[in-house]
Amino acid sequence: MSPSDYKILSKRFDRPDGHLLSVYEADGGYKALRMALTSLKPKEIRDVVKDAGLRGRGGAGFPTGVKWGFVPEGSEEVYFFVNADESEPGTFKDRYLLDYDPHQTLEGTIISCFAVQAKLAFIYIRGEFGWLVDRVQAAVDEAYAAGYLGKNILGSGFDLEVIVHKGAGAYICGEETGLINSVEGLKGQPKIKPPFPAVSGFLDKPTIVNNVESVASVPYIINYGAEAYKKFGTEKSCGTKLWSVSGPVKKPGVYEIPLGMAFREFFHDYLGGMVDGEELKAVIVGGSSVPVLPAAEIMNCNLDYESLANAGTMLGSGGMIVIPQSSDMVELIQVLMHFYFDESCGQCTPCREGTGWLHKIVKKLRRGEGTAADIDLLGHVCDGMAGLTICPLADAAVMPMRSFIDKFRPEFEALIQETAPAEPVSRWPRGEQE
Amino acid sequence: MSKPLDEQTGFTLSAAGVGQIDALIRRYPTKASALMPCIWVIMDEFGHVSEAGVDFLTRKLELTRARIYEVLTFYTMFRTEPQAEYTLQVCHNISCHVMGARPVIAHLEKRLGIRLGETTPDRKFALEGVECLGACGLGPCLQLGKHLYEHLTSEKIDDLLDSLRKGVVPRADTDRESQAGGETS
Ligand SMILES: Cc1cc2nc3c(=O)[nH]c(=O)nc-3n(C[C@H](O)[C@H](O)[C@H](O)COP(=O)(O)O)c2cc1C
Ligand code: SF4
Ligand code: FES
Repeated sequence: MSPSDYKILSKRFDRPDGHLLSVYEADGGYKALRMALTSLKPKEIRDVVKDAGLRGRGGAGFPTGVKWGFVPEGSEEVYFFVNADESEPGTFKDRYLLDYDPHQTLEGTIISCFAVQAKLAFIYIRGEFGWLVDRVQAAVDEAYAAGYLGKNILGSGFDLEVIVHKGAGAYICGEETGLINSVEGLKGQPKIKPPFPAVSGFLDKPTIVNNVESVASVPYIINYGAEAYKKFGTEKSCGTKLWSVSGPVKKPGVYEIPLGMAFREFFHDYLGGMVDGEELKAVIVGGSSVPVLPAAEIMNCNLDYESLANAGTMLGSGGMIVIPQSSDMVELIQVLMHFYFDESCGQCTPCREGTGWLHKIVKKLRRGEGTAADIDLLGHVCDGMAGLTICPLADAAVMPMRSFIDKFRPEFEALIQETAPAEPVSRWPRGEQE
Repeated sequence: MSKPLDEQTGFTLSAAGVGQIDALIRRYPTKASALMPCIWVIMDEFGHVSEAGVDFLTRKLELTRARIYEVLTFYTMFRTEPQAEYTLQVCHNISCHVMGARPVIAHLEKRLGIRLGETTPDRKFALEGVECLGACGLGPCLQLGKHLYEHLTSEKIDDLLDSLRKGVVPRADTDRESQAGGETS
């Protein structure tokens, strides 16, 4: 297959007018919606999406059709959220979907809402995408005018309202329960699960939250069927995936490739390798929250959920951060720990305090005031955070922190002052450090 | 153009703004759920939400002041104090870092004569370091209100600042006409 055959989601990305309803319709757009509303039952849609093996593209990779099935049968009031918070550092694919081809995501949203019988959907766009909010709203207005939204859509009797909701700068609102709280007019703080949103979410009613890319994949699956979709990818990682690539490669950007492609091939053939004068040192493959892999390890990976899990990392959001040999890994982890400390919503002590400590200790090392015990202390702090909090933000900080030490320990050790007094360090969180 | 609508608090939201807020309250399923977009209406008009604005919202949305301040102070883009004329928010997160944000920030600091986190004495410019702006592969980048500037270089920063000093906000890289130029596969 040639690269253009893989283009399910990104087909109209290089068209300057791909955002227009007329262009989308001329390309066969909204045919899937018509088919879904007139000849399929909600359960049939859920089943075909399940059979297609579509897994959530927001980070966790949970099967989309299965999640839809958790909405209790016969629920009167169901809500649907399209998660366009896209704030995981390294990730910038959903903005492409919404900017270049908003109707694809909208069509997917309407079909998804029909599948779970939701009558109100929110598209939650991060506040920093202020420029994008108006464009998505324009597409929504076009869809209303064309009768794809509102009452009795295409004469099917199905009603749906869509509200474009603008966030206001909080990474944690990307977490689904934080997102729901945010739209309820609360602080965007996550809630303990269960209950899962599919059972009790927005206004305590069944609520489905899906990433933009997951939703945008739905029209293709309805149009061409589960088997066609499964032609792309591997047995367990079906379909295509958007990768947003940053760092000093020749061609950073957003790429759609089938899941399972060898990293080596992607890196050389698509990204053009490193810019002249740089060498590959490491890659954070799935957004800033996943473990880093040194060049030698990533070079042997395939880009799918299972291969990356086997290599000790995660596919995550597909936000691929390419790190050059010239980078100081301790400096980079300081940047990341600052981020997680800044974005912790503060509800859980291990996360609120732990992210702060990780940041402080890394800073201390970089000031040249660290001891060997401080490197161990970073590990102890991580032990006190992982898996012990309401939402996975604490783990999202621990995963890069631990892996940076595991894979690049000599860079941390090089900062230790041999002459510094070996101060006794008590174990976090009980004692005082620094 | 705005006229006092709320005699009690002296809050002067334009008639258009009040209309938007009333429409939002009708559109959202509960009054509380309309809080964020209502704050945005006030933010868009004034650049911040004053105490009078909060009082206005308490009555429109039937929420306590504490509930509104809780939300107002949780989100970094909401402000309770007037802002500098131009707040430049430059991304200092990891991707931009490996794509060269540091020299760009240094250049901004030099040209503005202030450090990250400071405001110029004439309150024309503020410089803030912010987390990922969702332009990672197009970095280094900075945001000015709704405008996003990507692929920053010293020259591009000079042009931007020169233009802003003349009161002109240059075309952003996300403006529609420039879209076809983006790097896609
Ligand atoms: C801290 C944190 C941030 C998240 N940010 C996002 C985000 O920006 N966009 C997103 O789609 N999912 C994000 N998620 C994942 C969501 O909680 C949720 O799993 C996802 O939106 C579900 O959609 P999917 O099943 O289609 O992937 C985040 C999760 C956590 C813990
Ligand atoms: S883990 Fe952190 S971000 Fe998540 S709920 Fe707890 S304090 Fe908030
Ligand atoms: S890291 Fe700077 S825009 Fe994402």
